[in-house]
Amino acid sequence: MRSKDLEGHPKPRRTIELLLLLIALTIGIGAQVLVGLNLEDTIDQRYWAVGGLQVILAVAFHIALRLKAKYADPFILPIVVTLNGLGIAMIHRLDFTNRYDGVAERQLMWTAISMVAAIALLVLLKDHRRLRQLTYISLALSVLLLFLPIVPGLGQDIQGAQVWIRIGGMSFQPGELAKITLGIFFAGFLANNRDLILLAGRKVGPLTFPRLQDLGPLFLAWLIALGVLIVQNDLGNALMFFGLFVAVIYVATSRISWVAIGVVFVAVGAVLAYQFVWHARNRFDIWLNAFDRDIYDQLYGSHQLVQGLFGLAHGGLTGTGLGSGSPQIVALANSDMIIVAFGEELGFLGLSAMLVLYLILFSRYMRAGLGTRDHFGKLLAVGLAMVLVLQVFVVVGGITRVIPMSGLVSPFLAAGGSALLANWLIVAIVLLISHAARRPIVVGPMLNTTGEGASGTEDPLRGRNTGEQHPVTGSQGSQMAPALKEGES
Amino acid sequence: MSELAITVLQFGLLLLLWILILSIIAAQGRDMMVSKRARTRAPGTDAPSAVTEADGTPATVHHSGKTPRPRPKRLVISEGPLVGTEIELGSIPIMLGRAQECTVVLDDDYSSGKHARLFPQGSRWFLEDLGSTNGTWLGDEQLTRATTVEPGDRIRIGKTVLELRT
Repeated sequence: MRSKDLEGHPKPRRTIELLLLLIALTIGIGAQVLVGLNLEDTIDQRYWAVGGLQVILAVAFHIALRLKAKYADPFILPIVVTLNGLGIAMIHRLDFTNRYDGVAERQLMWTAISMVAAIALLVLLKDHRRLRQLTYISLALSVLLLFLPIVPGLGQDIQGAQVWIRIGGMSFQPGELAKITLGIFFAGFLANNRDLILLAGRKVGPLTFPRLQDLGPLFLAWLIALGVLIVQNDLGNALMFFGLFVAVIYVATSRISWVAIGVVFVAVGAVLAYQFVWHARNRFDIWLNAFDRDIYDQLYGSHQLVQGLFGLAHGGLTGTGLGSGSPQIVALANSDMIIVAFGEELGFLGLSAMLVLYLILFSRYMRAGLGTRDHFGKLLAVGLAMVLVLQVFVVVGGITRVIPMSGLVSPFLAAGGSALLANWLIVAIVLLISHAARRPIVVGPMLNTTGEGASGTEDPLRGRNTGEQHPVTGSQGSQMAPALKEGES
Repeated sequence: MSELAITVLQFGLLLLLWILILSIIAAQGRDMMVSKRARTRAPGTDAPSAVTEADGTPATVHHSGKTPRPRPKRLVISEGPLVGTEIELGSIPIMLGRAQECTVVLDDDYSSGKHARLFPQGSRWFLEDLGSTNGTWLGDEQLTRATTVEPGDRIRIGKTVLELRT
């Protein structure tokens, strides 16, 4: 916003979004048609219907942005549409193998539901700051969502991880939505208590350590993460929730000591998990001794991981081409391991392009946070950006054997309705934050009629001069402060 | 369709992906340059946190021939029960009030628990009322929003009067 002031009024840039959206849709739908061509499927109405639906949804989202959030970031939507389209194409491709059937239709249906939900959120919420009122409700909601799967009769155990609930024949992962609610809670909590945490502390060398009582929330977050891990056997989400909290608190206080404490907590948690949780120990063994014959052959062994690595190697630089590889050898090729399928069929060039798209998306989320003026919005955007980047890190790191593999899915790509819904809702929230960040400040006529700086925009030079000429009149200086007032109270 | 055509289309897809990336980066332009003004900030005014730094509000802009405004270094209590007390100003915000967790704990029956907050932005200090019962006064005016405080301004909280000194 401020840098824009120097260049004149910010532009909505919606037309750029439309152009990029065109490329994005071409990629997604083109990939799908390419799959059909390569596997000698007839390109009939089905393909046009699927493509048409994607175009309608994307254009509807674009129009909603034009009407309701004109100044929102123009790059987020095209990137997300690209990734989502590629995901549908790859799931469609895997439906041709004998392992999967009809998953692409379900994914398309969930895409439609998610995008409609995201548009609804965008239109109904209007301003992200209203989420701040939900700080503690979000905490309660998060706990509820996380522990719903262990309610007997409702929960469902799939492959050792108890993260699903089943209502009327539909499976849903409530923990995915907890990413958003926990993000809101952490942002709201730290926006309120930042000063307190920042002020107190003991200095040890270059680090300032927080007081013991201020560690409470961090400890609570750690307990939640560990609870998720033990109760649900879900390593990935545990890592993500804790990483989210440490990242947000670091951004709120800029104290490296929080990160140091966080790393210690993770280490302790890892040791505890290794000692007491069979599931976690299994994952560690697979990670460390993936090519061990015994581990390769055993049930829940390293077969999936090793075949994934072979798949990536098979892809090489340019890939085997969509439909020409054999990604179905890897278990869960269309959800947890979809990155491997892309690596095999689009090669290094394709997969790296997708990772760069994730990187740009992450930077856009962060940019929304940097631009907005209220603390809550900043922390929320950073938290949601961390959610995105941690998911990608945990998935890609797990597949490439950088860290133990865990049950997270790559955002927007993988088959799975709940994750898709959660990620699209995050997109809607971040778009609102970026709209608030770039939109020109409107100051009411009451404040506008007197004094310099009446345009309502901040001009540090002018504010400074008047400050020197009339040192005592507080109202002069206050012209500069509306931005500060907004977020605080 | 021939194998060659499919291979060409396949490469076209990869190319299009990278075209999308490059056009996004090109369209972003200078949008990612947020810290341009932060870099022109006066040395020694390191902002307390990433968040306020990103705020980038009144970064000191130096012009040739103008000396930078002197920076307040102390907060002095000039009237009230704690008269004479001095607090060093660093780069972290200061909370004023009766609550024990405040930076400056005021022993003043007319002040609220968390009464007001004094925080630095760039080279200036801002005062903000935290919804106190009796209000915070700067000079003769009651605060309604965050306001700059210059050295010598009288900050009145209950029966206590504070001042910034350079």
